[in-house]
This record gives sequence, structure tokens and C-alpha cells, in this order.
Amino acid sequence: MFSNNKTGWLLLTPTILILILVGLVPFFYVLYVGFFKWNPLAVDPSMQFEGFGYNYRQLIFDEVFLSSIWRSIRFAVVTLFFELSLGFILALSLLSSFPFKSFFRGVHTLPLVIAPIVVGSIFKLFTVQGLGPLPHFLKDFFGYTLNYGLNADQAFWMIVIMDIWHWTPFVTLTLLAGLSALPQDPYESAKIDGANNFQIFIYITIPMMVPVLIVVIFIRLMDSLKIVDEVWMLTGGGPGYATRFTGIHIWKEVFEKRFYGFGSAMSILYLYITIVICWLLYSVMVSRGKSED
Amino acid sequence: MKIRKVIGKISTTILWTILTLITLFPIYWMVLVSTRTPVELFGKPDLSPTFFQKIHWKNFTKPFIDGIYSDYLFNSIIVATSNAALVTVLALMATYALSRFKLPGSESIFFWTMTNRMAPPAAFMLPLFLLFSTVFKFGDFTLFDTKIGLILLYCVFNLPFAIWLLKGIIDGIPKELDEAMIVDGANLFTVFWKLIIPLAAPGIAVTSLLSFLFAWNEYLLASTLTSVYARTIPTGLSEFVTTTGTNWGTMAAVALVSMIPALIFLFLVQRYIVAGLTFGAVKG
Repeated sequence: MFSNNKTGWLLLTPTILILILVGLVPFFYVLYVGFFKWNPLAVDPSMQFEGFGYNYRQLIFDEVFLSSIWRSIRFAVVTLFFELSLGFILALSLLSSFPFKSFFRGVHTLPLVIAPIVVGSIFKLFTVQGLGPLPHFLKDFFGYTLNYGLNADQAFWMIVIMDIWHWTPFVTLTLLAGLSALPQDPYESAKIDGANNFQIFIYITIPMMVPVLIVVIFIRLMDSLKIVDEVWMLTGGGPGYATRFTGIHIWKEVFEKRFYGFGSAMSILYLYITIVICWLLYSVMVSRGKSED
Repeated sequence: MKIRKVIGKISTTILWTILTLITLFPIYWMVLVSTRTPVELFGKPDLSPTFFQKIHWKNFTKPFIDGIYSDYLFNSIIVATSNAALVTVLALMATYALSRFKLPGSESIFFWTMTNRMAPPAAFMLPLFLLFSTVFKFGDFTLFDTKIGLILLYCVFNLPFAIWLLKGIIDGIPKELDEAMIVDGANLFTVFWKLIIPLAAPGIAVTSLLSFLFAWNEYLLASTLTSVYARTIPTGLSEFVTTTGTNWGTMAAVALVSMIPALIFLFLVQRYIVAGLTFGAVKG
């Protein structure tokens, strides 16, 4: 019966159909719209063909779009650095035993299941001027004014802090799972040879953890490049362009200014950049995997 | 040596206590805000817990009983539940086909389904909006602003991950068991019902719960592809941002209610979360 491929294809059909309908068709559609000049609010609301490169040529010189991509990448790298270092320390600490460990671990898992939009709300309530305890606390004890509605740097770093709050637990738990699966023999022989804890960490733990680290970096970078919800809730992309990440920029161009054609070209470029980064990391992952076999 | 160990233990405990406070404090504040009147929230933040008798229930009754938020809640429940059920059934079928049959190009199909998950939703916002509102049309019926549209849409993100999660589990069930049943004259449906589903039950439960959670939490596409009739609770939450003079108490109450499934879920599948979120690449 398993040689009868017809049954196999029949079982796959609904999945493939749905993925074509809501995955592949939108992709080709956005590619198609990207070749047109199309703004339903303009004097001429119809689609006009102005050459294949029309929107893309504009896009290359669109500083706001390019800076939004740069901002997204900077954000992804900054949060990755903090989450990875903090997560690694926490994962290592969870290997030893200490009081209330499972309780602490359970609470640490909590942010993972909260919706991004709710995380945005939680932080808004906590940090907004005139309501949140954080600005009050900073003002009273340090004389520091926190008002990310006006201060661009504060807005960017507020998003970074929120992301660290939300996603460090993911890094911790993933690294912990990787650490607990490591073989014990190298550690024993290193101890017999008189290596200290720091040497063991640098020369044994890190090299053995590389595959897990790559998975974590891969998933975190992909998610950071996608970020929209939390930012939309907390700062709405402002003040100015301070927290306008690529996703938010596309939203504003498409649904506020109704630049359909131009927005499509942006979507395609955004998709392309994500895929390139994704593919680079994936090939690193695969080549690491092969060299270990 | 012993003293050093004790110091290590104490410092780890202190570190984790601080961390737990940092995690819980913003949530605690949200709960406080949801119990207070606008007047109580004015001025210096009061961090002491609210007494039960003093809870300002209007924050909850105003959106959920008098307001539109009960509809949003209902839509969210329908969309997330149907999507989880659909994804689990389809993924089970697809995974079985990929795992048992030698289909030409099955690896490419597997890889293609995965790429759907990696794509940023913001890039698909516009084409999906245009397709749903103008192109996918059956008479007067469009997919725009319908629950069916959202249920189908979330398959793009949930199916790849469900297939990935289930593949490891179904690959682990020996092929000989299926073959023995088929030799005894069982049809495919019986094989699924009597063999695959019982053996893969924990994996199926985790898959459907994680799919539910994703559909429940999704905001960006839900907000662009619905306007009145199919709005879900996350889109309702974002409506507080645009209104002038936000009613913080009500906003906190809605956020709190929308967090409930996540909390229930956390107790049920805490052990599997890592495997789920890393696509099974790292076993939790």
C-alpha cells in the first residue's frame, strides 16, 4: 500500500492547496503589484505600468525605507547580544541546584506564552508618563526623566528592554535543553587534567554548544526582523522615525498612505533581505552539521 | 570549598529572585491597574494590592458585558479553536504521507512548507488584504473580515511548524506496525484511529495547543484583514492606543482577560515549550 503514491498525494493535497492559496498566491501577487504604480487615493487610482523597475528604482533611494532596514538589523543584533549573554548565564546557573529552582524556572517561562501585543500593553502601562511606576521611580530616585514619547534614544532602548524581557526566557530554556544534553565524558577528563571552570567553559562547553547556539541565533534573528506588534502598541513607530522598523514602515506606507505599488516593492525587498539572512544562517547550520558527521 | 559552594548557592538564589521580580512586577502592575478607577490611577502610582471589596469591576463589565469585547472574545475562541483543529488534522495527514510514502520531491515539499513560516507577516499584509477583499470572491462573499479567512490564513504559519513537530514523532513509530495492520485488512482510517493517533497522542496535544496559542496571539494580520465582524481580542486591545485619553483600567482588564489561555496553556505544556518553539531542533 505504501508503494501506491496516489494515497500519499491525496493525504498531502489539502495542505498543499491551502499553502498555495494563502502562501504562494500572495507572494506572486505582491510581486506582480510591485511592477505597477498604484495608489487608490491618487488622482488616477488605477494601476499604471511604468516599467518593471519603476518602484524598485525609487526604493533604492528611499532613505526612510533603507534606514528602517538598518534599524531593524541593528535592533536584531543588539537584542541578540543581550539575550544570548544573559540567557547563557541563566542557563548555566540552572544546571546547579538551588532553593525554589523549579518555581523560578516556571515564572521565567511565563513571558514566552504572552502575546506580543499584550507584552506591548503591559509595558505601556508600566512605563507610560503619568501612569507607570517606572518613570516615577526613575524621577524620584535618580532624577532621570523617562519619556519615550519625546526622546528617540529612550524609545529605541525601551523596545530593546521589552524584547529582552520577552525573549530571554526562550534563549535560557533552549540553551538549558542543549546544555543538559551534552555528554559528560569531556568534562570528567578535563577535570582530571586540572582545568579550571573558566577553561572548561571556553574550551569544552562553548565548542560543544555551537549547534544549539546557531539554532537560537537563527530563530531570534528571524523573529527580531519581523517585530511589529509590541512596537506598534508601545510607541507606534515614533517619536519621529526612532522605532520605525521595516514592518511598521510598510504598514504606514500601505495602510495610511495607500502606496500599493510602492508598498509591494518594499514587501518584496523586505522578504528578499530576510530570506538572504535566513539562507546564510541556514547554510552555516548545514555546513556545521556536515563537518560533525 | 564548602563555604564557596554555599555562597554560590545564595548568590544564584538572589539573582533569580531579582529576575523573578523583574518578570512579575510589570504584570502585577497591570493587574493593579485593572482593578482601579481612573481617579485612583491619577498621580503617584500606588503599588499596594487592591482589596477585593474595592475592585473596580466596571473595568471588566464595561468592555465585556456592555461593550463589543465579548464579540471579539467569541471570535478569538472560534478562530483559534477551529484553526488548531484544522491544522492538527491536516498536519497529521501530511506528515503521514511524508513519513511513510516514497513521494518524488517530498523533501522539497517539506522544505517549501517550512519557508512559509520564516517569511515576515508584514510582507504579506498588503497582498493578503488585496486578495481577501477583491480577488478571492464568490458572488458577494469575500474572505475579508470573515473568521474563515483568518482560520485559513493562520494555516500558513501553523502548518509548517505542526508538520515539523509531528514528523519526528511519526517517524518514530515503526513502519512495520502499520504494515501489519494493513496486511490484516485494515484501511488507512483504521490505521490512523487505532495506531497513529493513540501512539502520537502527546505530540498531537502539544501541536494543537501551540497552534491554538499562536492563532490566539496573532495580531498584525488579524488587524489588517478584519474590520467589524471578525475582529479578535488582540486587535481589540490595539484599539485602545488610538483613542484619545486612553482608559487604562479597561485596557489592563482586556489585556488580562486575553492572557488567560496563555496561563492555562503554560501549566499544561511547560515541558514541551522549548521543543515547540525551536521547531524541535532542540529537544526541551
